[in-house]
Amino acid sequence: MLRIDCPHCGTRDEVEFRYRGDAGLRRPAAAADTAAFVAYVYERTNPRGWHHEWWYHAAGCRQFLQVWRHTVTHEIHAVGTVAAVLTPPDGAATP
Amino acid sequence: MTARRITTGLLTDPSRTIEFEFDGRRLSALAGDTVASALLANGVRLVGRSFKYHRPRGIVTAGPEEPCALIDIFGASGALPNRRATTVGVTTGMRVSSQNRWPSLDLDLLAINGLFAPLFSAGFYYKTFMRPAWAWERLFEPAIRRAAGLGKLGVAPDASPKTGDEILHDHTDVLIIGTGAAGLSAARRLASSGLRIMLVERDVEAGGGTLLDPRWQAWRTQTLGELAATPRIRLLTRTQVIAAHDHGVFSAVETCAAGAADAAHHAEGLPRERLRVIRARRVLLASGANERWIACPDNDRPGVMIAGAALAYLRRYGVAVGERPVLFTNNDWAYESAFALHEAGVSIGAIVDPRPSSNAASRALALGIAVYSGSVVTAIEGRRAVRAVRIASVDGAPRATLDTDCLLLSGGFQAESALATQAGGSLQWREDLASFAAALPDSRGVVTGAAAGRYGLSAAAQDGDAAAVRLASGLGLSASAETIALPDDPETSSLQALWEVAGHGKCFVDLQHDVTTDDLRQAHREGYTHIEHAKRYTTHGMATDQGRIGGLLGAAVLAAARGQSPSEVGLPTPRPYIHPTSFAALAGGEIGAHLRPERRFPAHASHVACGATFVPSGLWQRPLVYSAVTGWDPVLREARAVRETAGIGDASSLGKIDVQGADAGRFLDFVYANRFSTLAIGKARYGIMLREDGCLLDDGTTSRLGERHFLLTTTTANHTAVLEHLEFQLQVNRSDLDVVLTDVTDQWAQFSIAGPRARQLLQTVMPDADLSSAAVPFMAALPARIAGVRGRLFRISFSGELAYEVAVPRDQADAVWTALLEAGRPLGALPYGVDALNTLRIEKGHITTAELDGNTTAHDLGFERMLKAEGDFVGRVLAQRPGSTSTQRRQLVALRPTDSAARLIAGMILVDRSAPRTNLGDVTSCTPSVLVDGWIGLALLADGRRRIGSRLLAVSPLHGESVEVEITTPHWFDPENTRVRA
Repeated sequence: MLRIDCPHCGTRDEVEFRYRGDAGLRRPAAAADTAAFVAYVYERTNPRGWHHEWWYHAAGCRQFLQVWRHTVTHEIHAVGTVAAVLTPPDGAATP
Repeated sequence: MTARRITTGLLTDPSRTIEFEFDGRRLSALAGDTVASALLANGVRLVGRSFKYHRPRGIVTAGPEEPCALIDIFGASGALPNRRATTVGVTTGMRVSSQNRWPSLDLDLLAINGLFAPLFSAGFYYKTFMRPAWAWERLFEPAIRRAAGLGKLGVAPDASPKTGDEILHDHTDVLIIGTGAAGLSAARRLASSGLRIMLVERDVEAGGGTLLDPRWQAWRTQTLGELAATPRIRLLTRTQVIAAHDHGVFSAVETCAAGAADAAHHAEGLPRERLRVIRARRVLLASGANERWIACPDNDRPGVMIAGAALAYLRRYGVAVGERPVLFTNNDWAYESAFALHEAGVSIGAIVDPRPSSNAASRALALGIAVYSGSVVTAIEGRRAVRAVRIASVDGAPRATLDTDCLLLSGGFQAESALATQAGGSLQWREDLASFAAALPDSRGVVTGAAAGRYGLSAAAQDGDAAAVRLASGLGLSASAETIALPDDPETSSLQALWEVAGHGKCFVDLQHDVTTDDLRQAHREGYTHIEHAKRYTTHGMATDQGRIGGLLGAAVLAAARGQSPSEVGLPTPRPYIHPTSFAALAGGEIGAHLRPERRFPAHASHVACGATFVPSGLWQRPLVYSAVTGWDPVLREARAVRETAGIGDASSLGKIDVQGADAGRFLDFVYANRFSTLAIGKARYGIMLREDGCLLDDGTTSRLGERHFLLTTTTANHTAVLEHLEFQLQVNRSDLDVVLTDVTDQWAQFSIAGPRARQLLQTVMPDADLSSAAVPFMAALPARIAGVRGRLFRISFSGELAYEVAVPRDQADAVWTALLEAGRPLGALPYGVDALNTLRIEKGHITTAELDGNTTAHDLGFERMLKAEGDFVGRVLAQRPGSTSTQRRQLVALRPTDSAARLIAGMILVDRSAPRTNLGDVTSCTPSVLVDGWIGLALLADGRRRIGSRLLAVSPLHGESVEVEITTPHWFDPENTRVRA
C-alpha cells in the first residue's frame, strides 16, 4: 500500500486516491490533428523506473496531484499540486 | 511411550491441570502448555498423516514453522482448521483432532498411496490425469478433492458471531519485529531517542531465544522492566506480522483468544483475532532464524525433530522429547539442546557430526556424551516411531546402529527473511553459515540478529544495539543507553554445509507436501531448473509452513543438480501472507451488513412504508417495485399508471453536481459535446459527455439556475466517474477557467411526477403556481415551492409522458413524498420503482448505462447532430474519426418479437438466419410493454439503422432460446413528443 503525502491533506493511504495515468502528457491544442489526439489518448511509454503520474485524492481534497513514483520499488520521489513545478528524480526520462 | 514431563517449564504452571480432548481421547495438560507440548507430555507421538503418501507424522518443531502437527480445533462457533499444534495454547475442555487421515489416525486406509509413490512424483497432477479428457470432471477431480486438503472448515449455523474480528490501525516511528536478544536490545537503546516504538512478538512471551537460556533471565527481566517504564514504547505479544507492504506498512494478526475459550469469547462479540495495519517510518527486523532440516532417508518418522525444538520443549514446558535422543548436526549451536537435556538428566544416545572435530564436540565428550565425528545418519528405523538409527562415516563405512526413540536434526539455520524481501531488502549468501542473511536499505530500516546472520544471544544483543544506533542516526537522532553485562556466548567452531545423506528411503525436504530430494532432481531433469519453476512443479515450499525448515534445503538439492552453489539458485520470492491467515481476520468487522456502506434515499422510510422491494445499485438501495410480490404484474401496473394517470418516482440517486463561476458556461461547453453556454436561465437541456476517445462517458440534463450557476445531473452509475472526469478537465486541462464544482447529490431529494395527470397532481401541492405550458414549458428549470417546501421544479421527462421533477432539501423528503402521494391518490396515481421506469424508458427509446457500455459513440446512438461544430470539447477530434462514425458499428435500434407471446432476454445475440455464426449485436435492455402486446427491447446492432424493418434472430444459447425479432426505430412511441409537451 502506497502512502501519498497530499500537499492539502497530509500523508494518506493509497485507498483514498485513484490513479489517473501519465502526468507527462499534455492535451493537444484545439487545432491539433487526429494523430496528435490518438497519441494523447493511446500511446504510453510504460517505463520501468521513474514515472510522472496523476493521482486524484478522491476521498480527500478531490484535487489532482502530480506524483513521481518508481514503478519497480514504488518509491515516491515527490508529490505536488497541479501547478507545482517538481524536480524530476535522477534517472527519470525527460519528455 | 517416550516423551514425558520431567521438570517445571518457564511457561507451564504445575499447580493448574486442565483437561482436553485429542481425537476423542481425554488428556491432561498444564496451564501454559501448547497442544504440542501437552501431546508430548502425554507420550503421544503420532499426530497426523502426510499430505500425499499419508505417512505417519509426529511433532517436528516447537513454533509456527511446524510442517506436520496441524490440527482442527472444534468450538461452539465451528471448526478452526489447520491450526499448528505448536502455537495453540491448551484451554479447558478444548477439543482438537488430527488431520488427513481416514478413517482414523492409527488406521489410515489412504496410506496405500505410499505404495503407489511413483504415481505421485513431481508434477503428477500435470501428467497423471491428462487423459481421457472426460475423466477429469467425472473421476479425477472428485477423487482428488476428497483425498486432498488438510483441515475441514465448518461453521455452526446457529453460532454466527455477534460481530466479526476487528481491524486496527497503528502508527509508529519504529516497528521492531521480534523480541529476542537483538530486538529487546535495540528497543532498549532506542528508548532514550524519543521515537515512538512498537515491538511485536509472535510468541506468548517476549524474549525469543533468551527464554531458552536461564543465564539470560536477569537481562530479559531488567530490559522488559525498563521498556515497560518508558512511555511511547508498546509491546504486543501473540502478534504475528504477516506481510510487509510498500512505504513502511505492515500487516499483523494479533490472537485474542483461541481454543475452547474462543467460543464464549466470540459469542460475546469480542474479536478472535485482530488485524493490525501498522504504518512505520522504519522497521527493525529482528525476526531470528529457523533451524534447518537435513535430508536423510526416512527423515519424516515420528520422533525425528528439529534440534532446537527439544531445547524449547524442555525450557518452556519441562518436557523431555525422548528417553535417549540422538543428535545429528553439522554445527555447534545445535549441541546446546543435547547439553540442556543432559543437564536435566536425560541420557543422550549419541551425537553424530560430519565434522572431524569441534569445540562443542569436545565439550560433549568432556560431559561423557558419545560423539560420532566425521559421521552421518544413513538410515532411520521404525515406521510409526523412530526405533533406531544407523550411523556411517562420511566416506560410507558403517559405524554403528543405535537404539533411540528420538532423532534431533540440525543442518544449520536460515534467516526468517520473508519480511525483509517483501520490504525491498536483499539476501546475501554466507558461505560460513551455508545460508542467506537478510539486509534492508537504510531508507526502510535494518535487519539485525540471527536474521542478519549474527548467531549467539550475546552477539545478537550487541548487533541489535548497534543497529538501533544506526537507525536513530539515520533519522537524525541519537540514542544512548547504559550498558548491561551480557552472558558470554559459547566458543563455536564453524559449520560445515550438509544437505543430503543419500540412502534407501525417501529423503524429505518438504514434510507437509511430501516433497523429496528425488522430486527436485526430477524437476531439474524435466527442465524445471529455476527455483520458482521447481517450486511450482514439485510444490516444494508451498505448504502452510512455506518451507521454513526445508526451503533452503530443497534449493541446495536443486543447486547440486545444477552443479552450482545455492547462492546461484536463491530462494523463491515469499509473497504475502507469510503465515497462514484466516479470511475472518482479513475481513475484520466488514462482514454481513457491515460489508459495505449502504446509501439510502432521503425518503427511504416512506418507500418502506409504501411496501417497496429494494434493489442495490452501487451502494444505493433503490425502490425496485412497490410490492413484495415479484414478477412483472406489479411492475406493469405501475408503468400503466404513468401512461394512463400518473406515477410518482424517486430519482434521488442521480448524481447532482453544482457548477458555479464566471466561466461555468464555457466549462460546460468544453466537457459536453453539445452547447450549454447559450442555455437560457430557467431552462434545462439534455447533454452528452464524451471521453477523449470519442465514446460516451455519460448523459443527463443540465439546468441553468443563474448567469453563473448550473446544475448538472449524471446517471446513478457514473456519478463518481463523472465528478472525477470533470475535476480532471477543470484542474488539468482548463485551469484557466473560473469554475467551482460541488457535489450536491446527497443534499437534494428529487421526485418525478409523470403521466397525463401530472400537472393536475402537482397543482394540488403547488396551489398558487401557474403550471401551464406557457409558464412552465417543456425543459423549464425554475425555483418553486412544493408542498410548502422551497425547492426546484424541472419539466423533464424520461418516460415520454408529461412529467415534472421536483427537488427539495433532503430533510423535507418524507414530507414532500407523502404530500405527493396524498395528492395523487384521488387521481389514481401510484408510486413507481426502477423496474417500471425501465419499462417506460425502453418504450420511449431512451438510453441508460445498459446502452452506454463504454464503447458507444454519438454516431452509434444517432446523436451525431449534437456534436457541436464550433469550439473545442473533450472527445471532439476522435468522435469524428472513421472508426467512431462508421455505420458498420453497432447502432441503437429497437426490436420486438414477431410472435407477441415470445419473450426477450437481455444479452440475447442478434444473428441473421442466413449467417447464424456472425454476431451482429445484442439486446441491451428489454421489457414487456404496456403500449403494445408482448415484449420490446433496445439493441446495439451492426449497421442497425439500415436494418430497420428487417427480421433477425435473437438467440440465447445459455437459455436455449431463440426468437425472431423485427428491428424498428427506437423512437416509435410518440416521436413528435406531443405527450411530453402537453
